[in-house]
Amino acid sequence: MSLLTTILGRLIKAAITLLTIAVLNFFLIHAAPGDPAAVLAGEAGAADPLFIAQLRERFGLDQPLCVQLWSYVKNVLTLDLGYSFRQGMPVYDLIASRLPATLLLTLSSFIISLSLGIAFGVAAAARVGKASDSLLTTLALLFYATPLYWAALMAVLVFSVQLGWLPGFGYETVGSGYTGLARAWDILQHLILPAMTLGLFFMAVYMRMTRASMLEVSQMDFVKTARAKGLSGPVIRRRHILRNALLPVVTLAGLQAGQLIGGAVLTETVFAWPGIGRLMFESLEARDYNTILGVFLVSAAMVIVFNILTDIVYRIVDPRIGAKT
Amino acid sequence: MNFLKTTTFLIAAGMAQPLLAQDVGGRIDIVVQPEPPSLMLGLVQNGPTQQVAGDIYESLLRYNTDLEPQPSLAKSWDISEDGLTYTFQLQEGVKWHDGEPFTSADVVFSADVFLRETHARLRSSLAYVASIEAPDDLTVVFKLREPFGPFIGIFEGGTMPMIPKHIYEGTDFANNEMNATPIGTGPFKFESWEKGSFIHLVKNEDYYLEGKPYLDEVYYRVIPDAASRAVAFETGEVDVLPGGSVENWDVPRLTEMENVCSTGKGWEFFAPHSWMWLNNREGAMADVRFRQAIMYAMDREFVRDVVWNGFGKVATGPVSSKTNFYSDDVTQYNYDPDKAKALLAEMEYDGTPIRLLPLPYGETWQRWAEAVRQNLSEVGIEVQIDATDVAGWNEKVAQWDYDMAFTYLYQYGDPALGVSRNYVESQIEKGSPWNNVEGYRNPELDAKWHTAAVSPNPDERTEIYAQIQKEIVDDVPVAWLLEIEFPTIYNCNVQDLVTTGTGISDGLRDAWIKQ
Repeated sequence: MSLLTTILGRLIKAAITLLTIAVLNFFLIHAAPGDPAAVLAGEAGAADPLFIAQLRERFGLDQPLCVQLWSYVKNVLTLDLGYSFRQGMPVYDLIASRLPATLLLTLSSFIISLSLGIAFGVAAAARVGKASDSLLTTLALLFYATPLYWAALMAVLVFSVQLGWLPGFGYETVGSGYTGLARAWDILQHLILPAMTLGLFFMAVYMRMTRASMLEVSQMDFVKTARAKGLSGPVIRRRHILRNALLPVVTLAGLQAGQLIGGAVLTETVFAWPGIGRLMFESLEARDYNTILGVFLVSAAMVIVFNILTDIVYRIVDPRIGAKT
Repeated sequence: MNFLKTTTFLIAAGMAQPLLAQDVGGRIDIVVQPEPPSLMLGLVQNGPTQQVAGDIYESLLRYNTDLEPQPSLAKSWDISEDGLTYTFQLQEGVKWHDGEPFTSADVVFSADVFLRETHARLRSSLAYVASIEAPDDLTVVFKLREPFGPFIGIFEGGTMPMIPKHIYEGTDFANNEMNATPIGTGPFKFESWEKGSFIHLVKNEDYYLEGKPYLDEVYYRVIPDAASRAVAFETGEVDVLPGGSVENWDVPRLTEMENVCSTGKGWEFFAPHSWMWLNNREGAMADVRFRQAIMYAMDREFVRDVVWNGFGKVATGPVSSKTNFYSDDVTQYNYDPDKAKALLAEMEYDGTPIRLLPLPYGETWQRWAEAVRQNLSEVGIEVQIDATDVAGWNEKVAQWDYDMAFTYLYQYGDPALGVSRNYVESQIEKGSPWNNVEGYRNPELDAKWHTAAVSPNPDERTEIYAQIQKEIVDDVPVAWLLEIEFPTIYNCNVQDLVTTGTGISDGLRDAWIKQ
């Protein structure tokens, strides 16, 4: 089967999966107690039944659930994410305004954790049993076990409050008027702490996995053959061991990539990062149905896209996979 | 204008500073928590919205910390002898942020058209209004059907914000595109809103008060985590932490820092009053002795000192001591577990467990619920704590699906506006967490609440409200807890931050930075 037909088949399945997820999400969110009208009325500190009825009518919540579901599915099929009555703007605009910040944060942390994780893994495997290996493995275990929330607050306390090296939160210096490179530099400084904090856990995972996988592969027969034919240590490690050892890491990276949108709620909250994870959490608390469903749908689409991408990367890393099927 | 001049003079003299000592310019960063859904104060009146929009919109009056009316968009006012006619003279030369003049037609439109449609709380007060008329551009006359005691108290920014007629007349208010770029008459203009980060307001150069406001710009900063907000203040990233924006146990640490001030003022109009709803309808809770036992079983001073770090005051009844018409001539429920046990024994309480719904507003409230559970279990009442989020809490309280539920409500300066709604029978209706949720019925008191509301004579009102408090406290329709105090913490360089009974929600018209 050619790569193209595989991808086409996956895309059709993906569309069906996505629609199923959308419908399930709809029921899930309507099963939670309360609705957006009640929350808005609750916040107002005073409400009469007329007020709540007006809101429900405006939000379309006075319609039977199946009518609401049908109009939601129709919206999804036409790629319309609907309108956030709470925020007074289309959900598409809301998500689009929050997406860049989240992608910047999660992609940076993805790249940092993947590259550092693999590099440290390779280094540890090459020095297995030595002191530097123990140090790296211990650090990885520590990062792996540290709760994200705690690590984030400690990072702020140490690097921002005590040392004053880096800004503790926010996306950029508010009201600074920076443009161009100065602004990019400003954003980069704000990015370091949250990206590192978010990346720590996965970095540790990648490192441990690369190390274990490298050690396993290095015992295999073809490595012995390569050594016997006189190849140098670094070449064997790079071309023969690492390439084979990377497969499980790719699988995991695919999983992490799927969380690029929704996986940073905690980090975004602690660092006041104006991303989509916070939008989702706050919309959930406010029962802002359209916004939550929109974020869920975009996240689900992201997971599916990255699953497909992972499959393609598999074939590149290991050409045998395409040949077998 | 004479009145204003005098006020300025008195304040300046009181501080032993020369006249007009305020430094001009600068910027203030203030935490706003949570991020408001909208800044259109006519449509949304929750706390965060009012905190920001209080700079953009104004009303006819403001109220000082003794809740006496002060001029705002109205420079003077007159109430007729019979309490039926309220005449307001508006300030001259007031302009909307887009340059259009502000006139009496805007007042009539705001009160009679816009807010009557959108503002649930004002709507119930406007039921007393027969007509609102504008005999000329700078005069507005409210005529009432019958006298309404608290009427002079409804001209507050969040209660009756002035809405520009030229923008909203004839439109679909809720979907008007201008809601995203609010236009008011206030000291600051809306500049930009980066959702999730900050709201930026800039000085209104055409403000009708000469020389005001003093600040160039204000940033309202959105920082979703309470610990991060405390850090933001420590690092100087923000200058002001409005009441309730950090957890209480962080307050002593922050106020001990150098050049940090705090004040409990600026909440007199709201007077947040906390209690537990007791579902009077069923089970043991229907027995007044059970409800009294709960009052005696709770150590409210301990909660005030430990959970609230000493902030607040034990509530003696339905009316806050911060407001007028408060009376302390009532039965005092001091911590007395033995009395509670005796009452439970007398009614032969069978030990049925009670559900308790905490308020999902953070750690402080969670700990409070745990303290209550501990207190009640000591007298033999088993309590199960229900966990839920804000929407779930709303739903359960509004649908009467609870035994005991924490809450706190604002009093809005007058028992007829913010207290009677929780105790009169006509306010028993499912669907709102803010009315008579406990299901208390007392027709005799209902009549008194009404008489007190419609009496034009303040002395008579004081007398009736004192009687009501005396009687209702014995019935324990709800378990009153604390008068909550939310200290505002700020950098001492910020001057005149809180000048009225609505505090930061009243805008930063008078605030300036010592340079």
